Amino acid sequence: MAQTSLQKRHSDLAQSNKQLELLSNGIFANGELPTFKEKISETNQFPLKAKKLEILQINVGYMCNQVCEHCHVDAGPDRKEIMTKKTMQECIEVIKNTGAHTLDLTGGAPEMNPNFRWFVEEASKAGIKDFIVRSNLTIIRANKKYYDLPDFFKKHNVHVISSMPHWTRGKTDKQRGDGVFDKSIKALQELNERGYGMPGSDLRLDLVYNPSGAFLPGDQAAMEKDFKKGLMEDFNIQFHNLFAITNLPIARFLDYLIASENYDDYMYALVDAYNPSAVENVMCTNTLSISWDGYLFDCDFNQMLELPVNSKAKHISEYNEELLEGRNITISQHCYGCTAGAGSSCQGTVA
Amino acid sequence: MSNYYDDKDLRKFGKITEWSEELGNKFFDYYSEVFKEGALSAREKSLIALAVAHTEQCPYCIDAYTKDGLQKAITKEEMMEAIHVGAAIKSGATLVHGVQMMNKVNKLDL
Ligand code: SF4
Ligand code: SF4
Repeated sequence: MAQTSLQKRHSDLAQSNKQLELLSNGIFANGELPTFKEKISETNQFPLKAKKLEILQINVGYMCNQVCEHCHVDAGPDRKEIMTKKTMQECIEVIKNTGAHTLDLTGGAPEMNPNFRWFVEEASKAGIKDFIVRSNLTIIRANKKYYDLPDFFKKHNVHVISSMPHWTRGKTDKQRGDGVFDKSIKALQELNERGYGMPGSDLRLDLVYNPSGAFLPGDQAAMEKDFKKGLMEDFNIQFHNLFAITNLPIARFLDYLIASENYDDYMYALVDAYNPSAVENVMCTNTLSISWDGYLFDCDFNQMLELPVNSKAKHISEYNEELLEGRNITISQHCYGCTAGAGSSCQGTVA
Repeated sequence: MSNYYDDKDLRKFGKITEWSEELGNKFFDYYSEVFKEGALSAREKSLIALAVAHTEQCPYCIDAYTKDGLQKAITKEEMMEAIHVGAAIKSGATLVHGVQMMNKVNKLDL
């Protein structure tokens, strides 16, 4: 397993334009497969348009304690892009006035931003209905200074969403690195002890499952049942919902698909599983993503591909929800990852 | 034909309806119905399919149900055990015919 980001390795694919080129060439250029634009045009769904904003997703930096093989952020300990307190302050102003019901903090490992706690404290005062932090679990056990995170989350009534590739050690460590499974289990037990994820508890704990290879996720409900059974029987762990998320062919996952010669087959699988009713609710239609340096994007994936939002307001300093509503979404072939099967978003399936 | 088996042909499976639409569609309807959650879970059915794919030695089915197993978060240990079930039945079915051989020997031999 690689220990560094594509950026650190000076890989070609660290450049977003190289990724976009790849996604437009080959099987999509020679007509073997339709482009995403052609596909959604078949059902008159082009152009995709943003509806009313519901979820504000803020990426507070690409630094992470892990270097997962499939990471669409190309995150890792070597990434230095971190949101400054000044940009956070601008975000707080936006959060106070937004019509969105959900605030979703992500990274990297958001907890590694030195101003993370200040930001959570300030943001929680805005009284937004659902305040999510995407925590990778191992961060809670990575260093003493993070041991109190479960209490901190509880204090601010944060909704914790954590990734968990499998309920067995083997499959988890293969995707995320040695030792990840044991640390994640310990972190989940600590969250459970605080009341997180317990039946009827208001302290929400959801898990994210994404496949550990070049295949699509199975049925979300069936998978949730298997995860609940597995984690309960072996570790007495409980959680609320499981979100099954499709890996999008960008960044490290794209690099993996190409290196393992699975790229064509994977794109075929995504296009075969295309579901027009998932297009209706792809997350860019109700989400806005803000990058560590304050730029606005249709989603976290477009952020990584540096596809800017199609609006006069391009930066948090020019933020204007009315202006952003109804904008045309910028698409490319990676979007097929959001429309396969039951669809995929940061909140799981959409169809 | 340069190759009897080409993995890309699996993608074309659906095309069998083109030369016999009604029967083809009936088959695919039946097929998808069989694999839905029922008295058996979709997960259990996937493992049965994987075992049968091996006893039938169908490379397309092996591809398809290995991938299906991964999609259903089935572990490789579970997959291998399922194949052993198929293999055990196959070898058992061979060996149980040994009784027939023994019967015949006992009848013919002095
Ligand atoms: S997938 Fe999540 S935990 Fe893994 S490297 Fe990327 S940001 Fe970090
Ligand atoms: S990748 Fe982003 S822009 Fe494309 S469909 Fe998914 S959410 Fe929308």
